[in-house]
Amino acid sequence: MNVMTCGDPDEAVAGIEDGSTVLVGGFGTAGMPADLIEALVRQGATGLTVVSNNAGNGDTGLAALLDKGRVRRMVCSFPRQSDSWVFDRLYREGRVELELVPQGTLAERLRAAGAGIGAFYSPTGAGTLLAEGKETREIAGRTHVLEYPIKGDVALISAHRADRMGNLVYRRTARNFGPVMATAATTVVAQVREIVDIGALDPEAVVTPGIYIDRVVQVVPAA
Amino acid sequence: MTNPTSSPPPLVEHLDRGPLTEHEMAARVARDIPHGSYVNLGIGRPTLVADHLPDGAGVVLHTENGMLNMGPAAQDGQIDPDLINAGKIPVTELPGAAYFHHADSFAMMRGGHLDICVLGAFQVSAAGDLANWHTGAPDAVPAVGGAMDLAIGAKRVFVMMTLFTKQGAPKLVPECTYPLTGVGCVDRVYTDVATFQIGPGGATVLETFGIPYDDLAHRLGVALSRQDWT
Repeated sequence: MNVMTCGDPDEAVAGIEDGSTVLVGGFGTAGMPADLIEALVRQGATGLTVVSNNAGNGDTGLAALLDKGRVRRMVCSFPRQSDSWVFDRLYREGRVELELVPQGTLAERLRAAGAGIGAFYSPTGAGTLLAEGKETREIAGRTHVLEYPIKGDVALISAHRADRMGNLVYRRTARNFGPVMATAATTVVAQVREIVDIGALDPEAVVTPGIYIDRVVQVVPAA
Repeated sequence: MTNPTSSPPPLVEHLDRGPLTEHEMAARVARDIPHGSYVNLGIGRPTLVADHLPDGAGVVLHTENGMLNMGPAAQDGQIDPDLINAGKIPVTELPGAAYFHHADSFAMMRGGHLDICVLGAFQVSAAGDLANWHTGAPDAVPAVGGAMDLAIGAKRVFVMMTLFTKQGAPKLVPECTYPLTGVGCVDRVYTDVATFQIGPGGATVLETFGIPYDDLAHRLGVALSRQDWT
């Protein structure tokens, strides 16, 4: 048990190095670790590879990180949204690279990284642009595409509640990428709405066991 | 995945009416969803299908961001930022709902546990290839989301679309010209003008709305077949 309870989001993101691969949880704004991303903007690491389902909304959070030129490469499934103007502009200007990954393949590549799987074959994307240049194999009469894990140096995720062991519970669809990203990075940072004492979470209800978590920080939601 | 088991029913031409409206199309799709199915409705027009499932249909809606037994869109007092659908619209939960993470949600899909998904499309080929994620235009920002996983994962893939573009070009085509989402994955195509079954023999017209079969066949550049009453 070696979970650091941080006093604020700035402490929680301290030490993230230039050129890191950063996994960022959330689907749209649900489960988005907004305070950790804002702290990362202040922290200043640059040349980042960011792995996240979307590529920022509006002008805050991931969009602010992109806008400041800190992101060299985005790995995501759905960058284009009605309010993704920051990413759209940078992409069209050739100032950010994009690796587009089908959403389920993104989740499974993260899961594979966390589970120590070397690579896996998936039928998703076979025969499409997104499989070009990838190894394929016929398995049970179906074309499968070889996919490699995505491992992060850091994961920034958001959960509902943590205990001081780092055990996490989520709330509703804000769970999304949190549990798989928590397994897939060297250093995992969780922002939560409440940190509770050891023993206060029902062990049967824990979704992410504390073994995966390195730092937690409590962020009181804006009223 | 095509469903080779059933031979298509005889053709019905509805000539006493015009093309289906968007809601009539949604109702037409809803009619073909068996009781108790696990169903994923794609973003956009397919979400209308939920409004036409009869009470007691026992259909469980899956949303790929991590929920089964999703309820209708949230009204003002019910909005919870932690509870959204794949289109990022606030929704509600029904009794018996379950939440799960993304890898589980897509394992459900890829693993063939969903009975039906309903997707929109730019184009469908007579062989059941689907194009619905990217126009391929040079300045387009590509975004795929869960479309490819759904296309190859659900047991049956229903497409819901208008049959012609605003410029009048057919969207049921011999070969897709837009980048593919999935190969040979479409089972049914529900349009405003006709309903098609896609199988090993190509596209079979099940019914038409406001147009005779022969006129439809003439307007489409695709080999069609029909089942006649015997």
